[in-house]
Amino acid sequence: MSVATTANYLNEEKGLKSWLFTLDHKRIGMMYLFAVMIAFFLGGVFAILIRLELLNPGQDFFTADTYNQLFTLHGAVMIFLFIIPAIPAALGNFVLPLMLGAKDVAFPRLNLASFYIYVVGALFALYSIVAGAVDTGWTFYTPYSTTTSTSVISMTLGAFILGFSSIFTGVNFIATIHKLRAPGMTWFKMPLMVWALYATSIIQVLATPVLGITLLLLIIERTIGIGIFDPAMGGDPVLFQHFFWFYSHPAVYIMILPGMGIISELVTTFSKKKIFGYKLIAYSSLGIALISFLVWGHHMFTSGQSEFSSMVFSFLTFFVGIPSGIKMFNWLATMYKGRITFEAPMLYTIAFMFLFAIGGLTGIMLGAISIDIHMHDTYFVVAHFHYTMMGGTVIAFLGGMHYWWPKIWGRMYSEKWARVAWALIFVGFNVTFFTQFFLGSQGMPRRYYNYLDQYQPLHMYSTYGSWMLGVGFLIMAYYLIYSIYKGPKAPNNPWGGLTMEWQTTSPPIQHNFEEQPVLEHEPYDYDTRMVVNDQLIKKEDVKEKENINV
Amino acid sequence: MEHAEKKPSYLQHHFADMEQQTDAAKLGMWVFLVTEVLLFGGLFGFYTFYRAWYPEMFMEAHKYLDVAMGTTNTFVLITSSLTMALAIRAMQLGKKKQTIAYLAGTLFFAGVFLVIKYFEYSHKIELGMLPGKLYFFDGIQAANPHIFFSVYFTMTGLHGIHVLIGMIIIGWVMVRTMRDDFSPEYYNPIELTGLYWHLVDLIWIFLFPLLYLIG
Repeated sequence: MSVATTANYLNEEKGLKSWLFTLDHKRIGMMYLFAVMIAFFLGGVFAILIRLELLNPGQDFFTADTYNQLFTLHGAVMIFLFIIPAIPAALGNFVLPLMLGAKDVAFPRLNLASFYIYVVGALFALYSIVAGAVDTGWTFYTPYSTTTSTSVISMTLGAFILGFSSIFTGVNFIATIHKLRAPGMTWFKMPLMVWALYATSIIQVLATPVLGITLLLLIIERTIGIGIFDPAMGGDPVLFQHFFWFYSHPAVYIMILPGMGIISELVTTFSKKKIFGYKLIAYSSLGIALISFLVWGHHMFTSGQSEFSSMVFSFLTFFVGIPSGIKMFNWLATMYKGRITFEAPMLYTIAFMFLFAIGGLTGIMLGAISIDIHMHDTYFVVAHFHYTMMGGTVIAFLGGMHYWWPKIWGRMYSEKWARVAWALIFVGFNVTFFTQFFLGSQGMPRRYYNYLDQYQPLHMYSTYGSWMLGVGFLIMAYYLIYSIYKGPKAPNNPWGGLTMEWQTTSPPIQHNFEEQPVLEHEPYDYDTRMVVNDQLIKKEDVKEKENINV
Repeated sequence: MEHAEKKPSYLQHHFADMEQQTDAAKLGMWVFLVTEVLLFGGLFGFYTFYRAWYPEMFMEAHKYLDVAMGTTNTFVLITSSLTMALAIRAMQLGKKKQTIAYLAGTLFFAGVFLVIKYFEYSHKIELGMLPGKLYFFDGIQAANPHIFFSVYFTMTGLHGIHVLIGMIIIGWVMVRTMRDDFSPEYYNPIELTGLYWHLVDLIWIFLFPLLYLIG
């Protein structure tokens, strides 16, 4: 597709087969990117339809049942098919070996297998849409999920299969990070994106099997009725919630941690300043991974768990805010007195910090039991997790995509249109979701397709915001795809980054590097190194030359 | 092409040497075993919860499990772990025939385990000691005895599936041994299969006392 003269991973082998059976992490990453973008589009369409129905009170376009199916599909598709694999499996697959100076991930065949398992899982999930969709919400709470007539089994089976894909990626990344780092790259010289992917992989590996067994039991419960979630047969439906959130709370950190990793890369590259508090950012990723396993009960303050356990979970929920706060302040300190430039990736970084701060702080509010009892299952919660998941993860994902786009395709996108799309997305996002904080605090419950007239103005603004977001994404899709075919050629290192992926060609050759690279500096040594015309040079060498000239 | 020295055929292109490849594969396998432990950990969690909730019922219902068959199976599975370990040892010493024999032994014991399990299951199915709604046995007085059998069948069932998958992998490794894929320099797949098999064995060692020997 590209007319690049040099051989690279895109043009060295040709034909559909060379893509479908490739073991190259870069190509697998791109196939993942293609797949998750389809999922993102689907989930986005569902979101627009939900907002459309909520434009006016009463029934406009969909029946109550269709509405239930729409929000379930929006949640399930966005979470299982888009956010979880988006950063690790798509972007991470592409950049991880490059950042480590490796030729590939540790297990290339497992990597390809994980992609096809993802596709199979996605097909099951999509089949459930054709076969009558699911209306349980993406959380599949019992006993409703065991009694509803919709196709819960194919959706949960899909999620179960997707879990394997996620586990395989996690296993692969852990082994890769342990064993395939370039000479000279000690643990504390790894790029922070790698630390974030490492912490993510640990959560994927530890939490996903528990979701697997829970969904499996749900399927058995639905098919033969083993009674363990059925109160009429001596079972306990709340047990399902415990097991579900034991995975699904850590899972939100599977979603946000790699986003934080991207932000760590972007903030230092575009501030041209050494990252502030490298070790603290690295440790805080592991800290988040650890504490994330101990906070699941904050989803269940109103489900009848004991007051004492609610208290403990509330305390631990405040506690998990600390490592995120550490990252936030370190990024700000990195920018302080840096030479900041505002290319598209940096704009997304700023947006991330702004939006994630709101998402994080409202999370602390919801972690307080007394407030949560009031806000539980209202739009306040909806706004909170959209600020973290979309304002956080999706914005970071977009930042990372713009950052590595020239490396991936060897082409530059239009900076002007990137800014336009960014502005539309940033403003549209806030119009859509900030209004929902007000809606929620005024008592608008989530998952309702109808509402009292008093909520209409806010719902209206929220729907207008969703249109702005939609337009922003369409513009982005256009200029990104255009750039692949017609964009100007990208230099090897357009942003002056110091990590290893910028030291190979754009796009990289099939084996990533001509020679095994050796790391001779700290990952973010902007105080001693700089990039001039794609060459990484020491600042003191430049000074010496200048002295000679004088 | 840039590699001047000759590399063995089993060394994949993205690894620098055999040590790196072997270490990476072993680490990957251990991490995978962790996920297996957590998969079963969920079921052990369910077990703990319901045993704490219905202690008398568990006590009464477990009497209907066949301790003799369970004990036999425990010995059968431990023996199969031994033959598995011996198979790895044999390949380290380059004794191909011995390796194949030990792998065949492991397969045999795994098969015996499943046959005994089959007799246990069919006996229970006949009497109606079945999970959940399918339960129709009326010999147990305590409330909700079907929960015990839900736990019993899901735990041993998932374990049985793991035994079956293990047999397929052992069979595949055996074929590869016959094909001369392995040598004292390269026998990693056998070793990884061994790691997996020992875990399957270990899970049974926990299942046996928790289900058959309570009280």
